Amino acid sequence: MGTLLSLRGLTKAYPGVIANSDVSFDIQEGEVHALLGENGAGKSTLVKMIYGLVKPDSGQMTLRGQPYAPAEPRMARASGVAMVFQHFSLFEALNVAENIALGMENPPKMRDLAARIKDVSETYGLPLDPYRTVGDLSAGERQRVEIIRCLLQDPRLLIMDEPTSVLTPQEVDILFQTLRKLTAEGVAILYISHKLEEIRTLCDTATILRLGKKVGTCIPREVSARDMAEMMVGTTLHVPERAGGDLGPVLLELTDLSVKSPSEFGTSLKGITLQVRSGEVLGLGGVAGNGQDELLAALSGEILTTPNTVVMEGQPIGALGPTARRKLGLLTAPEERLGHAAAPDMSLTENALLTGSVRQGLESNGFLKWTKTREFAEEIIAKFDVRTPGPGNAARSLSGGNLQKFVIGREVLQLPTVLVVNQPTWGVDAAAATSIRQALLDLAAGGTAVIVISQDLDELMEISDHFGALNEGRLSDIRPARGLTVDEIGLMMGGAHGMEVAHV
Amino acid sequence: MIRLEKRPQPSQLWTYLTPVLAVLLTMIAGGALFAFLGKDPFEAIRTIFWDPLFSEFAFYYRPQLLVKGAPLVLIAIGLSLGFRAGIWNIGAEGQYIVGAICGAGVALALYPMEAFWLFPAMVIAGALGGMLWAMIPALLKVKFGTNEILVSLMLVYVAENLLASMAVGLLKNPEGFGFPGSRNLQQYPSAHNAELITGSGMHWGVVAALIAVIFAYVLLNRHMLGFHIRLTGEAPRAARFAGVRPARLILFCLGTSGALAGMAGLFEVSGPSGQIGIDFGSGYGFTAIIVAFLGRLHPVGILLAGGLMALTYIGGEIAQSNLGLPSSAIQLFQGMLLFFLLAVDVLTNFRIRLTNKAEVA
Amino acid sequence: MDMSAINPVLLLASLIVAATPLLLAAIGELVVEKSGVLNLGVEGMMITGAICGFAIAVNTGSPLLGLLAAAMGGAVLSLLFAILTQFALANQVASGLALTLFGLGISALLGQGFQGEKAPAFPKTDIPLLSDIPAVGHILFSHDIVVYLAFLLTLGVWLVLKYTRVGLILRAVGENHDAAHALGYKVVRIRVLAIMFGGACAGLGGAYISLIRVPQWTEGMTAGIGWIALALVVFASWKPWRVLLGACLFGGVNVLQLNLQAAGFAIPVEYLAMSPYLITILVLVIMSADRSSAPASLGRSFHASQ
Repeated sequence: MGTLLSLRGLTKAYPGVIANSDVSFDIQEGEVHALLGENGAGKSTLVKMIYGLVKPDSGQMTLRGQPYAPAEPRMARASGVAMVFQHFSLFEALNVAENIALGMENPPKMRDLAARIKDVSETYGLPLDPYRTVGDLSAGERQRVEIIRCLLQDPRLLIMDEPTSVLTPQEVDILFQTLRKLTAEGVAILYISHKLEEIRTLCDTATILRLGKKVGTCIPREVSARDMAEMMVGTTLHVPERAGGDLGPVLLELTDLSVKSPSEFGTSLKGITLQVRSGEVLGLGGVAGNGQDELLAALSGEILTTPNTVVMEGQPIGALGPTARRKLGLLTAPEERLGHAAAPDMSLTENALLTGSVRQGLESNGFLKWTKTREFAEEIIAKFDVRTPGPGNAARSLSGGNLQKFVIGREVLQLPTVLVVNQPTWGVDAAAATSIRQALLDLAAGGTAVIVISQDLDELMEISDHFGALNEGRLSDIRPARGLTVDEIGLMMGGAHGMEVAHV
Repeated sequence: MIRLEKRPQPSQLWTYLTPVLAVLLTMIAGGALFAFLGKDPFEAIRTIFWDPLFSEFAFYYRPQLLVKGAPLVLIAIGLSLGFRAGIWNIGAEGQYIVGAICGAGVALALYPMEAFWLFPAMVIAGALGGMLWAMIPALLKVKFGTNEILVSLMLVYVAENLLASMAVGLLKNPEGFGFPGSRNLQQYPSAHNAELITGSGMHWGVVAALIAVIFAYVLLNRHMLGFHIRLTGEAPRAARFAGVRPARLILFCLGTSGALAGMAGLFEVSGPSGQIGIDFGSGYGFTAIIVAFLGRLHPVGILLAGGLMALTYIGGEIAQSNLGLPSSAIQLFQGMLLFFLLAVDVLTNFRIRLTNKAEVA
Repeated sequence: MDMSAINPVLLLASLIVAATPLLLAAIGELVVEKSGVLNLGVEGMMITGAICGFAIAVNTGSPLLGLLAAAMGGAVLSLLFAILTQFALANQVASGLALTLFGLGISALLGQGFQGEKAPAFPKTDIPLLSDIPAVGHILFSHDIVVYLAFLLTLGVWLVLKYTRVGLILRAVGENHDAAHALGYKVVRIRVLAIMFGGACAGLGGAYISLIRVPQWTEGMTAGIGWIALALVVFASWKPWRVLLGACLFGGVNVLQLNLQAAGFAIPVEYLAMSPYLITILVLVIMSADRSSAPASLGRSFHASQ
């Protein structure tokens, strides 16, 4: 089979950043081509150019030998290029068929479309009811909606942006079977990921990007994961070390915590019971949208419960708000950095005040001590290597990784008794991720009980003493992390989430 | 082609420049409007902005500046607290009216008793009246999640009808020969909000406005509650994470703005206006919205903006009598000011880039 | 008091007349809000429409031209709002308020020479046969064409939103503008068009008041009907047929209180005049329990970054 798409010298610059510089490679028909790189390596910009969302500053693309320069996604779709986004571009209040119709140029009548959706979804082993409201679907099912939307247009090239980040290992298997069926029909797949093992199982070729440039091409099956990782990162990776001390007394205990989700399409928590001890890192895995946000909110005090469901050092705190909990030493860092953990338009000093006021003594009788607050912000910036001109800068002017270091640093420096973090290294480059994990381990070594909620299983396996998984608002049994197999973890995460397995 | 590019952080410079730019643009557009109405635009602009301050008769107009500016600043300060937190009280006009009715009601009930404590009691009654009126949307929002914009506005119409009924009913002057309207408080020494220095225009309302400015400044810049107000407006989720209780904040912001508007109403009814009449509602409650935005929701800015808006009121009246400029033209002029301000505000958060069309295509 | 002065058939017929401006303004705002934009300037657009329509009708002698001018006036004014919110990304609440203040000012200025003038009479259009049905015919089928137009418009909006692709795209933009943008839909263009449609409807509603219902021009004559129309959209949970129901309800309250005033009912006039506003608040409270049907992007600014 011949070359489907070829990229020559693609370059795109944004003010202050060069997203892509002189990137060239070819995608063959019927192959799964991996695009590998860290966050910020320029993968997203590159695929946006292929999909017509961003115009390259220079460089050419040819599709089957013809010049290809899509001005908008519509043109890309017309040329047979389809894309499944990492953050699904779905409309929660609309049903599956309506969502799919919106992604098509000339959709048939609703009834015919629904029939075709059923048809295609069964052919490729991705069963889906066209009349269900998307807001009620699980993350894996939502991804199916996106994939089927693409498949209905008979694409020649299917771009997939981090498709497995929302799936359990079992669901990943189903997806891979579907993708192999597609490549057998000659469809090319551009597969974006930073998960190396996955790429080694699935992909035929890999192009590796670093800082916007192509740094290499390889055949993943023939290279070790470690070699690929080093090409991707550019330096030898430092693995966090941990002291591995003995665990102390129980510091935080949840007993049969059930909470209704405050948002319409959220997940309610059902009967969560757990304990975490001094010096312990408890890792909580699970696919996105299975109650992670709600659990964090119930721990931070944003959602209140009956007093005895949350007990800290023997004291019932379920009915206490965030400030009172901070005073007692229960600190949290939510997943969403901008708008939840930090106020985007406020300065870093003001953001330091946001959670630091009680424990750092930044107020007296309600009056604020700005000098002391600025010093606290400066301390966070210095100790956590936050790259910013100074504490007067707005939170949104920081890159994702730097802001995350600030947010984690803000809580860590307050010496919590219990620290709960949600997705501590999401969207953070490898070096920053390593330093964040190290900070969490150091904190545990100092006697803090740490709960890490994350969707990155590798991360959890690396730092956790115990592991549990959230699945549809329920928590699995908590087991020692050492010695758990991928299959066991997958089952803890809910297996294939009740989705039918492919009948291929 | 014009393209907007988000700034990494809000521009300090433009924060201060946009109100000035908006005023200039309004003068240009207003001048064009006046020219269209057949008036000399330069003379009209001079009459509105210059004459009240520096003309031959300025000694008469300057005190008026304080009289008109004080209620605007007082109300706008209260509104700005809520606006900062994303709580939209647009019914200040109603709270102003109810404050006036309550405050005047105390005086009229005790007439003709003279006592030193009467005026303070009226101020408290006025503030309470405005606050209670604003508590209606506040409590409905907290209890049922009802939209405070619509409720507070509906209550303006209710208050206007209440005012009318008071003017012809309960508070009607028994010695008024059957005309609508209450006794004139200017002729009731204990209840009269007189000028503190004769001929200066300075009455208790002006003092209250200045105190409110200082209070709001300290609150917003030095106090946790003010920090929480700003935080709630900028990032509501982060505010809840920080421990802010939205319900309390709603009650505080609406209650305070209602109390300030009620006080403004009381100072007006016991001073410059003198009586509860059908036409007491003067639109200050709505103009104060413009003042709050023009002052960038900042206490000092509001003080300046209140002065400027008072100037357009007085200048407008002069232009009305000297040039025959219709009063509605001034109303339109004020509306334009808010428009231009909102339009140029984009410069604070965005950079404007001119891109070559050829390059885009 | 003389209750027998109130004739139920006339009452119901005038209910329809009172409901029409509300219905027009609310159905327009419903489309705007479905696209994810909250335009609080309905009152300003209505009053502008009222004076534009009145002025043109008086000058040309043609009420139909007046209606056309009112729709255009409302649409042009709403374009200002569109520029502020869609291009300058200004806060929608503040911009809507600005639009109302501006509209009140400009209408007062334009209306200077028209105080006390009388609008040319608007012809009634009896629908043949149907209007001959006793009572019902008089209540429903013996009105001016604007009444029928408003009802057809409601039906049309319902059909378009529910069954057509245009409607689907409009709802999608209102639900999730980022996703709609990612699919290549022109979010800003769609919203500008929706805003202008809303402006035209509000203008038409305003002109109905100044040309047909009253019919003359006084400053601030819309007296909060624009705001009630906004409340009506919430009341209706963004559903067109419920807007119709709500408009009739509010129209009914208004007509009833006017009739009670005329009949010399024991309650003072001012308290009767308050009733539509108080009932609006009551209805808002009852409906505020259910926010689930509000478009998810309502009131949020959209800026296509990158």
